[in-house]
Amino acid sequence: MSHTSHPKSSRLVRKQNAAGWGFLMPATILIFIMSFYPMVQAFIMSLKTGSSANMKWAQPVLFNYMRMMKDKLFIRSVGNTFLYLIIQVPIMLVLAILLAQILNNRNLKLKGFFRTCVFLPCATSLVSYALIFKSLFATQGLINSVLMKLHIISSNINWLGQTGTARFVLIIALIWRWTGYNMVFYLAGLQNIDYSVYEAAQIDGASPWKTFWHITVPLLRPVIVMTFVMSINGTLQLFDESVNLTKGGPANTTITMSHYIYNNSFGQGTANFGYASAMSFVVFIMVAILAAINMKVGDTRD
Amino acid sequence: MTNETAVVKKKKNKSHIQRRLIPSYIFLIFWSFISVFPFYWMISAATNKSLDVAQGKLIIGTYLAQNMKALLAAQPLARAMGNSFLYSTVQTLLCLFVCSLAGFGFEIYHDKGKDILFSILLLAMMIPGVATMIPLFKMASKFHMLNTVWGFILPSISTPFMIMMFRQNSRNFPRDILEAARLDGLNEFQIFYRMYIPCMKATYAAAAVITFMNAWNAYLWPKVVMTDNRAETMPMLIANLGGGYTVDYGMLMLGVLFCSVPTMIIFFVLQRQFAEGITGAVK
Repeated sequence: MSHTSHPKSSRLVRKQNAAGWGFLMPATILIFIMSFYPMVQAFIMSLKTGSSANMKWAQPVLFNYMRMMKDKLFIRSVGNTFLYLIIQVPIMLVLAILLAQILNNRNLKLKGFFRTCVFLPCATSLVSYALIFKSLFATQGLINSVLMKLHIISSNINWLGQTGTARFVLIIALIWRWTGYNMVFYLAGLQNIDYSVYEAAQIDGASPWKTFWHITVPLLRPVIVMTFVMSINGTLQLFDESVNLTKGGPANTTITMSHYIYNNSFGQGTANFGYASAMSFVVFIMVAILAAINMKVGDTRD
Repeated sequence: MTNETAVVKKKKNKSHIQRRLIPSYIFLIFWSFISVFPFYWMISAATNKSLDVAQGKLIIGTYLAQNMKALLAAQPLARAMGNSFLYSTVQTLLCLFVCSLAGFGFEIYHDKGKDILFSILLLAMMIPGVATMIPLFKMASKFHMLNTVWGFILPSISTPFMIMMFRQNSRNFPRDILEAARLDGLNEFQIFYRMYIPCMKATYAAAAVITFMNAWNAYLWPKVVMTDNRAETMPMLIANLGGGYTVDYGMLMLGVLFCSVPTMIIFFVLQRQFAEGITGAVK
């Protein structure tokens, strides 16, 4: 606004305005070509069938979507994804917020050291930590040998070979990788809260638990909503871990939506771009609904 | 009786702050151990025989050279490291340029039209990677970009998150010097180049760290667009190592270590920028 109020030349203002548009054009064009256009393409493709070279309109047009409803494996992949979401996200966020609360205490010693430790899992790639956890939980792996030595188990558990334990390992791994990540958001949020609020609560004799529920949580609410949405968004698109930790197995019982879509398009076997696009469009709808809910919740936060 | 309690109270007051924190310390030590242990284990496994690793050996061993030899024989490590460095560096440079230019444009020259456009671009945040991967793959193969740097980076050069981060942080850019610079005869791009970039160093550092890490760690899209082994990245290489039926743990963990070293160095040297990069646009 300051530059448009410049008195003399509207030509100069127009020139500046044009420069502004010029600056944001490369990024805008790239997003249109690399995100919006492919999204439209994906929708069109979801109405087609056939191999990638010659795709035809499906008969009926919604054939791929009807097929999905009857595809037990797709339904299972949706179920798995939501199972991970419902169990992992709340545990992780509660842990993250607790850690942030503890690390925000002024009297705490070695604060920087602890913060680095908690944050450290973020330094690994998703493939790396998936492979580390796969090795730790291998039948002949460290976890089994420790449990054997402690006489907690009498024979090696095939962690990744059974559906229940494989899901458990996946959830444990996710919590390990992402708790510190979310903690960073809460810590940043807590630093915006006036610390004297906490000191006042302490003088009033409020227990840490009460302080947590009555001060921290309400003040952090916008950050909590945001991390919740980010986590749900990330979990809906879970791929690297499913591929590298469990391979979706045993017998596809731990497969996620993204993993199943990948298998249908670029995995082994026939590439079914139409069907894969239809499934990916469903993922998009889920994410969009989520974003809409977020905006609603975010709007009323004052 | 009353005297005794008074003495106890005094003692309590001295150390009661730290004493109240004991549960916090226990929890922090526990969680720090959980967080750090897999890293330690990765390093120790990389220096031990696969059999020893499986049997639970935890101390650093002497088998590093042999693991290295096995890894080099099994996988083209140098090539994958080179590829990953090339893709990540080019992506970081271009992403920073394009997104900061846009953030600058959206904030400094903002008007109603640009604000509307910005909120449209934000919608791209909710488009999942699996949804665009098939059309993008078709585009990449049509324009002969499979197995090229361009195929790798083009979809992630411009991201709403980065544009938003630069736009938010541009609010701190002093507007008074805009007019002064214009009076000095600088054109708009020179203002960006000579004044904005030096002024926004902190934001650039945070953005660079986060972009480089994302590019280095990317897995789904590289797996799709890099159909030729010669173009493979480090995460793809270690995924191949870990995907077989018999796994050599020593060799595998050495590979994982190589894949993690660049990001861990960045993490330890630029931790503050990394944290800022993650939370970047939401302050």
